[in-house]
Amino acid sequence: MDLWIWIVIGVVVILAISFISTYNGLVRARNQVKNAWAQIDVQLKRRYDLVPNLVETVKGYARHERETFEMVTKARNLAQQLTSAGAGERGRVESELSSALGRLLAVAENYPELKANQNFLALQEELTSTENKISFARQYYNDAVLRLNNRTQEFPSNIVASMTGFKAAEYFETTLEAERQAPRVSF
Amino acid sequence: MWEQIRANQIRSAFVMIFMGLLLIAVGFVIGLYFLGTAAGGIVIALIVWGILNLVALFQGDNILLSLGKARKVNKEEFPRLYNIVEEMTIASGLPRMPDVYIIDDPAPNAFATGRKPEKAAIAVTSGLLQKLNRDELQGVVAHELGHIKNRDTLLMAIGGILLGTIVLLSYFASRMLFFGGASRGGRRSGGGSGGGGAQLIIIIIGIVLMILAPIAARLLYFALSRKREYLADASAALYTRYPEGLASALEKIAGTPTQLQAANNATAPMYIVNPFRKAGQAASNLSSTHPPISDRVRVLRSMGGASFADYDAAYRNVRGSRGGVVPRGALGLTGDAPVRPPSTETEPVTQTEAARAREVSDALWKTNKYQTVECECGAKLRVPPGTSLSQVKCPRCGTTHPV
Repeated sequence: MDLWIWIVIGVVVILAISFISTYNGLVRARNQVKNAWAQIDVQLKRRYDLVPNLVETVKGYARHERETFEMVTKARNLAQQLTSAGAGERGRVESELSSALGRLLAVAENYPELKANQNFLALQEELTSTENKISFARQYYNDAVLRLNNRTQEFPSNIVASMTGFKAAEYFETTLEAERQAPRVSF
Repeated sequence: MWEQIRANQIRSAFVMIFMGLLLIAVGFVIGLYFLGTAAGGIVIALIVWGILNLVALFQGDNILLSLGKARKVNKEEFPRLYNIVEEMTIASGLPRMPDVYIIDDPAPNAFATGRKPEKAAIAVTSGLLQKLNRDELQGVVAHELGHIKNRDTLLMAIGGILLGTIVLLSYFASRMLFFGGASRGGRRSGGGSGGGGAQLIIIIIGIVLMILAPIAARLLYFALSRKREYLADASAALYTRYPEGLASALEKIAGTPTQLQAANNATAPMYIVNPFRKAGQAASNLSSTHPPISDRVRVLRSMGGASFADYDAAYRNVRGSRGGVVPRGALGLTGDAPVRPPSTETEPVTQTEAARAREVSDALWKTNKYQTVECECGAKLRVPPGTSLSQVKCPRCGTTHPV
């Protein structure tokens, strides 16, 4: 009889330990997703700040491109309004801003004086890098989401996940259409 | 996530243990010869090792950076480099952006240092900035950040200290054996009338060990370094999603004949490409700190995607080995990683010396009315004026061209 009690205690202890470690693993994965999302957020905000500067600088040299300016400003304002939206919705809006910016920089190609402007060159470097940072942050975020989602779906961690209320996270995707239109900020 | 790489480095741990044993053996012999007790020698060896460790702990990174004559730079001075390091920090998920240092040297090279990712630094030469375009620079920076992320900087620091201790101890011990061996405890205690032959053998074994230990330690250290280079290349491909960037950067670095001024033997394994490599040398021997560049480039170029699994497959393919280079635990950590298109930023316009020389010689041939036939393999065939030949054969690849 004694033996059985020990076996039961042993099984319970093993179950408890594996439950705790699975739960902690899930928490780590979710925190990674959160951190990665915060990183994307930082870069997107940086881009909102850069856009008005860039538009102002280009305006000084290319007055006739009003349509392009309006498009960029509109896309930026729309994106800024939706900062609290989910990853999927935000991805769509942000990719529109990306493609509008791509068009603005393509327009700038036609103005040699603008391309020689130091201020513009500095802004251009900043924007290129910010675009890159957004895509690298997205890359890291999506990998983190993949790991979290795997854990919430794979056996046996899915049991722990559903018991403690872990949900699969949403990927940050830019729509294919916008991706194709946006030349990877090219100069 | 990628921390798991560390946990799987059994081979690296093995090498470290071997180096530790070597240190104990050196201590053993020193104790036997100079103190009369083996344990005393081992204690001395461990004390020296401990002191070197403390020195490194308190200012290891500073020493390495100052040995490399590096100076810290900010974003205003080098916006592009700084931005690229920031980009790669995000891609790798490091907790803090490493400090950025510049080494004023025309030879293109780079290295990373720091025991912890939180205290890491990365140094690149001014030559590297001049010669590489954005994608290539990104590849090099990603490779260095890979070293930091995979804790190679820590591993190489520990290995370097072990190596340093072994070299130091056996250097002084062998000096004392040759020039001042009179105070040997072993002779005093055991040196009576008999057992002279056995003692001589022990002395000889001791001397041989003193000579071989630093060499063996160095080979182990280099073996450690070589394996880690492939892993950092794999990380670079994953972070940038563009293996070609690093591949063409490696080629450019390899094609530059200038050697780095500020490198020395101790710091050599830290650089992205061995700074003492002679031009055109592709040695894959035990005494090199880095795998041959041609192999690294070939692995990167034959990758199907940019994930660890893709690198591992390419490595097996190119090297023809069954064992991969990426630890099994890390293979499934990322999903599919398709390669991204290249950045369209224009190439730096600085011309290399070789390119300039080639241009001059082209002009000279032309003024002498030689005809130039360009072959697909890259060779240029000069045909003298008024030749009777109707076609020429390329001496490099063997194709024939009409004149």
